[in-house]
Amino acid sequence: MQQFTTHTGTGVPLRRSNIDTDQIIPSRFLKRVSRAGFDDALFAEWRKDPDFILNTTPYQSGSILIAGSDFGIGSSREHAVWGLLDYGFRVIVSSRFADIFRGNSGKAGLLTAQVTERDVEYLWNLLEQEPATKLSVDLPNQTITTAETVINFDIDPYVKWRLTMGYDDISLTERHLEAIARHEAARPAFMPRCHV
Amino acid sequence: MGYTLAEKIWNSHVVHQQAGEPDLLYVDLHLINEVTSPQAFDGLRTAGRSVRRPELTLGMEDHNVPTTGIDRPIADPLSALQVQTLRRNCTDFGIELFHMGGIEQGIVHVVGPQLGLTQPGMTIVCGDSHTSTHGAFGALAFGIGTSEAEHVLATQTLPAQPFKTMSVTIEGDLPQGTSSKDVILALIAQIGTGGGQGYVLEYRGPAVEKMTMEARMTMCNMSIEAGARAGLIAPDQVTLDYLKGRPRAPQGQEWDTAAAYWLALATDEDAVFDAEVTLDAATITPFVTWGTNPGQGVPISGSVPSPEDFDDERDKAAAERALEYMGLKAGTPMKSVEVDTVFLGSCTNGRIEDLRIAAQVLQGRKVKAGMRMLVVPGSMKVKAQAEEEGLDEVFKAAGAEWRFAGCSMCLGMNPDQVGAGDRCASTSNRNFEGRQGQGARTHLVSPAVAAATAVRGTISTPADLN
Repeated sequence: MQQFTTHTGTGVPLRRSNIDTDQIIPSRFLKRVSRAGFDDALFAEWRKDPDFILNTTPYQSGSILIAGSDFGIGSSREHAVWGLLDYGFRVIVSSRFADIFRGNSGKAGLLTAQVTERDVEYLWNLLEQEPATKLSVDLPNQTITTAETVINFDIDPYVKWRLTMGYDDISLTERHLEAIARHEAARPAFMPRCHV
Repeated sequence: MGYTLAEKIWNSHVVHQQAGEPDLLYVDLHLINEVTSPQAFDGLRTAGRSVRRPELTLGMEDHNVPTTGIDRPIADPLSALQVQTLRRNCTDFGIELFHMGGIEQGIVHVVGPQLGLTQPGMTIVCGDSHTSTHGAFGALAFGIGTSEAEHVLATQTLPAQPFKTMSVTIEGDLPQGTSSKDVILALIAQIGTGGGQGYVLEYRGPAVEKMTMEARMTMCNMSIEAGARAGLIAPDQVTLDYLKGRPRAPQGQEWDTAAAYWLALATDEDAVFDAEVTLDAATITPFVTWGTNPGQGVPISGSVPSPEDFDDERDKAAAERALEYMGLKAGTPMKSVEVDTVFLGSCTNGRIEDLRIAAQVLQGRKVKAGMRMLVVPGSMKVKAQAEEEGLDEVFKAAGAEWRFAGCSMCLGMNPDQVGAGDRCASTSNRNFEGRQGQGARTHLVSPAVAAATAVRGTISTPADLN
């Protein structure tokens, strides 16, 4: 997994709430069996509109997306996270994330920074008025720094630790193989098994 | 203080617990499909890992499969490759797989319960958000991403942050002509697409106790649409009656042991939920969505709302955008909205009871001229059952298309798609922009409403046909 400590880049103010994973990556792009190359699929429908924010300068080279509440609702497709990463996003800022999307992001190395609705509004206004301004995201300190101010963001402490260290989840779990075996030995016998 | 159903299942599956870390949960059943698993198997191979418990893993071809001409090779090379990849992965790692065209094939959330693989007290995961469906049996079931799927394949566990619990009590009796689909659409309209975020919902109360297992599955299925990771219903006699005798359910003495264990899972009387919501079933009417998320719904007797009806600026903006995409004008009565496609199917409403309800409405009637109605059974077993009951003849005589099983037009990954600008009354679960096809406009409804709408050509209830 890609490690994350700090990142400075262009912010993209996407003034929409309830952005579902079908918008982030339409289902026709889910037919690929690889894990890379989803940059063209990101917001594929919306990008057909020449006025869509990712078709305008300097936002098209943005790496920090600021979106409305309930970002990532809907399907569990991790392809949504891969699409954002492949496009070049490292951070998504919102006031509320859908559970599965946030979980997937944490596994794949995309930072989901949760801030207040007021801070989202502030960042939208700032980035619309001063598109060239840079944002700096600091994960260890959980801050987003603009030219004028410092905003604090929330993130689960364990996800923060894993992202900061770039640890692989499966390796971490493999420390507990004995506990897994103990649990398996104690499972009720009536639980179903598939035919192998 | 006692425990809720969710807490009991959680506690009995914790393999490792340490402050500051997520709990490590054991997974009793891992369902995999062709769309969200290929990269997980690649990850296993790259790291030189194997599948820890193939016998707790089931593969299903459901998302991509065509619903016609299933005896021929899949025409779309990308879909064909995904299905072939799943077959190869299941063969290489010794995983049971239900193939397209086989009698056990279907949408995995229909087949698991139908086989009796879905049982109370289990933890069930799948790389598909509608895994919440299995919660109807009192199983803690939720959707996961591909990285998590790889984790489960490798370790049969999943690190998970504890959820909060929310009770959703449905008091009273559901009026004639309404269904659990209307209840869940009304609930999501009330609490919003983020209202259940961070929660496991437990549906309870007299109206829920009276529901069949299939009606309960419809409700749990759409818990994710309220932002909840999972929905649950306590196992009761209805659950036992459904499971008894199913091929993968416990038999003989094991059945008795299991049944006693299952019934003890119900939330203790002195347990406390983190949040509580109550709905009065008597107030539920047939529901329909007007917008582009499942929370944007109204009773069918209502009208398309105006953005001005919303206090919150963001809701206002979302409504404006939704009306534009949906091509609707504020104030239009929902019943005058003309539809050109009807989809009956999906893991939400593709079961035998759903087909029976729709067939009853269509019996002796015709789908309106120019209307396209697709009937896609949720599984091959549902299809066979419907044919035994003659439901297929009713659908065909009415002018609907009778298809093979799969996810189909719910998400249009196979050729079953709604055309750009076309309007579809759909028994599925999501009305997102482009969900059923690029530019498609979706109205979520119950099977009864879908069938009545197919006849009248505008959003309708069966009562409107008389």
